[in-house]
Amino acid sequence: MTLTIGALLALSFLISVLGLFMFIWAQTNGLMQAGPDAAQVIFAEGEVGLVEEPSISPTQRAALQHVGSKASGTTDDASQSVPASAELAARVEEDRSSRAAAFAFLTSSIFWLLLGTLAGLIASEKLTAPDFLTGSAWLTFGRIRTAHLNMVIYGWASMAGLGISLWMLPRLLKTHLVGERYAVWGAAIWNAGVAAGIVAILSGWTDGLQWLEIPWPIGILLAVGGALCAMPLFLTLRQRNVHHLYVSVWYISAALLWFPILYVVAKVPNVHFGVEQAIVNWWYAHNVLGLWLTPLGLGAAYYFIAKVLGRPIYSYSLSLVGFWALAMFYSQAGIHHLIGGPVPYWLVSVSVVQSVMMIVPVLAVGLNQHMTVVGRFATLKYSPTLRFVVLGAALYTLVSLQGSLEALPFFNRLAHFTQYKVAHAHLGVYGFFSMIMFGSIYFVMPRVLEREWPYPNLVSLHFWLAAIGFGIYFVFLTIGGVLQGIAMLDPARPFMDSVEVLRPYLLARTLGGALMAAGHVVFAYHFFVMAFNLGPRRYGSVVLGHLRPAEARS
Amino acid sequence: MTRTLTIVIGALIMLAMATLVLVAIPYRELAAETPPAALKPYTLAELRGRATYVNMGCVYCHSQQPRAADLGPDAIRGWGRPSVPADYAYDYPHLLGISRTGPDLFNIGAHQPSVDWHLAHLFQPRSVTPGSVMPAYPFLFNVVAHPVPKDKVVSLPPQFAPAAGTVVATQEALDLVAYLTSLNHTYPVTADESGESR
Repeated sequence: MTLTIGALLALSFLISVLGLFMFIWAQTNGLMQAGPDAAQVIFAEGEVGLVEEPSISPTQRAALQHVGSKASGTTDDASQSVPASAELAARVEEDRSSRAAAFAFLTSSIFWLLLGTLAGLIASEKLTAPDFLTGSAWLTFGRIRTAHLNMVIYGWASMAGLGISLWMLPRLLKTHLVGERYAVWGAAIWNAGVAAGIVAILSGWTDGLQWLEIPWPIGILLAVGGALCAMPLFLTLRQRNVHHLYVSVWYISAALLWFPILYVVAKVPNVHFGVEQAIVNWWYAHNVLGLWLTPLGLGAAYYFIAKVLGRPIYSYSLSLVGFWALAMFYSQAGIHHLIGGPVPYWLVSVSVVQSVMMIVPVLAVGLNQHMTVVGRFATLKYSPTLRFVVLGAALYTLVSLQGSLEALPFFNRLAHFTQYKVAHAHLGVYGFFSMIMFGSIYFVMPRVLEREWPYPNLVSLHFWLAAIGFGIYFVFLTIGGVLQGIAMLDPARPFMDSVEVLRPYLLARTLGGALMAAGHVVFAYHFFVMAFNLGPRRYGSVVLGHLRPAEARS
Repeated sequence: MTRTLTIVIGALIMLAMATLVLVAIPYRELAAETPPAALKPYTLAELRGRATYVNMGCVYCHSQQPRAADLGPDAIRGWGRPSVPADYAYDYPHLLGISRTGPDLFNIGAHQPSVDWHLAHLFQPRSVTPGSVMPAYPFLFNVVAHPVPKDKVVSLPPQFAPAAGTVVATQEALDLVAYLTSLNHTYPVTADESGESR
């Protein structure tokens, strides 16, 4: 035991010192310099100024192009179309190279989204009707809630993020996805790990730590599956045909490095103990959001916002600040979950400071993404991808600033231990991350299947169900959480007051959750109709290639 | 950035720093903690009960970390003094919890030592705590026609008792209650033990 931690300590120190020198060397040699051309690496020659939105019909795409062109002051006549070039033909091949991997991950993610939503709804209902489904230990609140969390985090969010990342890689690096079969195997093993983990949790076999419940022998499957997904990333990076690495590549590479390390350090059995284990627990649970889901989500947002609009991101330098500050500050923020707990005081202080410092990367990312869209908000009307992704990016700013506020002791006193935290967690994983994934999937699937979405109205229905349902969920649970906190802090009121004051708000949460669930059913139905090619063919299968406004209007 | 290496090295440094500060240094600091003399190791039955507490997911609604007076009226509610790292010396996995949908349980054994109360509460929380949203755990009990002398009969208010038969506790329920009633950290801690915590 002493050896393990001693080795860990020495290793961390060694890497730190070694890395520091490498870092200074990289800086002095200008390896981190940034210029406008770096932001344009995702566009083909002559493609800047042209929209790409595979999820809509040619007519709508022409309207989208019109809005975009008007905002940039150019005319959208036929000469605006991209001439068929070797570069675009190559992109068609790039898109084809990742089809199997993207399809495997995205299909699985939607399956887990449905199951995870169902578990979440049951758990929510149990808090308003505590005698609902109490007949079996498998369905008791403590287990079904945990199954919900693990299915949406490791099943839905992680697999969607991996699928989108694997699909983006060949485009970002202008090459074929190398080692796709590793990713497909990774998907199979990852699925097996999540499935076995959920059965274990429901049956009562658990490691007992929040976010780390999946027993460690099964957790090995997740570590192996994750590592297999990192293989194509590094193999493809070696074959790249671009000089500059686009912002999304930094986020994806870092996330795929970080996750396995986090998971293994937190999961090692019989090393952590007592309060120290609680510290590791929250170091992990916070980082799985900050260093795993957040970079995957931001990587997708950086690509799709720029690509749909046909506009390079506002500032490449700002994205550098956003990335490194996220890595620096987010990684040390986790212990704010234990403010006031029996942990060393200096440790909590470190985390509170870093939580507040998170304002830096959040504003950098928020400003960058907002300035890219600004003046073009009318495009949201036509592009479902943008509608979801821009909403997700806006909620990222909101959830992060809320997180910084929650870490401040004066506010933490009120919000700690309440449903306010549950609302906050959902704002992060649903409002920010899942919204971006929905938008990305609408963009990616027509490329993966080389087939259009059959029912455009269902996309709108999904958006409004998810947005309104989540709005109800978040607003009511936040208010309820604050009232619960006020009741708990008042020594004159019995504890039961804090339970009773929540009642109507928990009911509203179930209602909001039901709307979100309906949105997911619509989404999954639409996805599988498309996957099995059961829908109508609306305008042929020529969604590949690029917009030619003259043709689109005819 | 143009080099993959820059990202890889940079990302690893950042994580290494976080691991050093948030994992390695606290490990070193807390490894030196010794259990307070007044804190007894769990008995076998209590450990089995603790395992049930873990696998039923009690931790998602009940914290085990009373906070100091400046952070809330925990002591006034009878949840005990602020806890210190040494109090958790025998806890694996830890059960600090970060939610108080129900009350803190770090000293529930001192606050509510009655085995009968706990059994009735687990069978049907609303039989002893009206308005509670805690789930019932009927699967930790059996309903028998004629309890034998070694059976632990659960006494319930008439409206919560089954129409026919008598409710008796399973060994699992008894172990869980043994664990709950063992939760008693009301012994005083010396300045040494509480030194760094607050």
